[in-house]
Amino acid sequence: MRALCWTGTDQVAVRQVPDPELRNGHDAIVRVRQSATCGGDLPLLAGRTPYVSVGDVLGHEFLGEVVEVGPEVRRHRVGDRVVVSATVACGACWHCRAGSPSCCDNGNPAPDVDEEAYGQPVPGGFGRPRAAGGFPGGHAEYVRVPYADVGAFGVPDEVSDDRALFASDAAPAGWLAADLGGVRDGDVVAVWGAGAVGQLTARAARLLGAARVIVVDPNDDRLRMAERHAGAETVDPGRADVPAELRERTGGRGPDVCVEAVGPAWDGGIRSLAERFTGAAERPPAVREAVHACRKGGTVVVLGEFTGHVDAFPLGSVAAKGLSVRGARPHGARYVPMLLERMARDELRTEHLATHRLPLEQGALGYALFRDRRDGCVRTVFSPDPPPAG
Amino acid sequence: MGRSATLAGTAAGALAGLVGARVLLGARRRRDAGGPGPGGWQVVTVDRAPGEVLPGGRWPEPLRRLGGAIQVEVWPAPGCRGTELAARLRPGTPLPGLAAHLVGDDPARVVRVALRQAKQLAETGEVLRADRTALDRGPAG
Repeated sequence: MRALCWTGTDQVAVRQVPDPELRNGHDAIVRVRQSATCGGDLPLLAGRTPYVSVGDVLGHEFLGEVVEVGPEVRRHRVGDRVVVSATVACGACWHCRAGSPSCCDNGNPAPDVDEEAYGQPVPGGFGRPRAAGGFPGGHAEYVRVPYADVGAFGVPDEVSDDRALFASDAAPAGWLAADLGGVRDGDVVAVWGAGAVGQLTARAARLLGAARVIVVDPNDDRLRMAERHAGAETVDPGRADVPAELRERTGGRGPDVCVEAVGPAWDGGIRSLAERFTGAAERPPAVREAVHACRKGGTVVVLGEFTGHVDAFPLGSVAAKGLSVRGARPHGARYVPMLLERMARDELRTEHLATHRLPLEQGALGYALFRDRRDGCVRTVFSPDPPPAG
Repeated sequence: MGRSATLAGTAAGALAGLVGARVLLGARRRRDAGGPGPGGWQVVTVDRAPGEVLPGGRWPEPLRRLGGAIQVEVWPAPGCRGTELAARLRPGTPLPGLAAHLVGDDPARVVRVALRQAKQLAETGEVLRADRTALDRGPAG
């Protein structure tokens, strides 16, 4: 089959790779209809994530049709239209049964790497390096979905492919942020980043009762989208002092909940030569600003995919202001069915996020547009259908 | 029947099913020196009752493969979190069969992998396998 593979630093290309096969009884094979780029792919694309190898298939946000199921699959049949959660979770360990599948103990066939990095094994995911327990990703014609009853979700007839695609990861990530932040009626929520996840965080906060949502991003197109589709107010850090602006807009209190949804793409600019030569850790400017801006006793939620350690974290503010700092990866089984219902009721619209639609063969262009935010790109969505002959 | 008595019964069953190995069940006890290194204890928590972790009173297959080369202890996890399953290499005992060829310079890793697999089997009924690559499949594909 054809798949979009990582071929070197900032390079991807379509390659012929073996068709996936059922490897466990709980597996399903999904024929992909659409897949999306995500900020979490960018450290992989740039070769900044350890263990990424030439030939790894990228893409963790995808939707398609079930074409084969293993003997233990109960909830899906051939022909089902499904959206697949980005994280692989078993549904049977303590974390899964407690409703936190993104902490699953059994979703990673090679957990040593993450266990070394994080202190505990974490689940594998689609489009992640195989050497770190990842599974081939969704930028392909077919994908094997382990634990399909847990990680694949039937799409209601009323929800289009274009909308349901983002129930895979971006919408659950946004909902997760609002949920972890404990957003309540009357809250003021600030969101750093107006990409797909930031916009869907803003929308989730509104649906959960936030009185005001303020989105911070340097990109005008994205800010206009956040205003139009999420009912958010906006702040451009190029034109305003963000902490001062947030203080003013919240009567001096600071936002009740601050969400960092920037990810690694907007990392505060060029690092100094000294930092690069000494291998100093990255700095998380949006997290720092969020911690600084948050009201006393408020909650800061970190969604960004930081690949390692970060430096210059304002730890003193956490204790001095009594903050809660939370982070997680989206809990698919907890959120996706509910989000699909909200999509069916038209409460949650996501189609506008797919600003660019391209065939897999134009994967390099699609990722370049997305990475560089050119041409108003928020997300590139790929179709694996073969290009027309001739 | 109290929990400890139930566990003691399971222990007897487990012992009957094993040769050259020891299973201790009951309240968690202070284990002797362990920690990192080939002889250290390694533990996983299995979200199942001890009877499911040791089906039929026998070690699960991934640990059985290591035979008398390891010691195993099992005790209930606190907070209704199932069972804590611990194993370590017996000092000076060579690993049997294929395991001996796989350890490289880290024999403790074999124990770690076997514990993880035992946990997966008890919780999900199977051991999660990675996708095969073209190289894994060989020329016949």
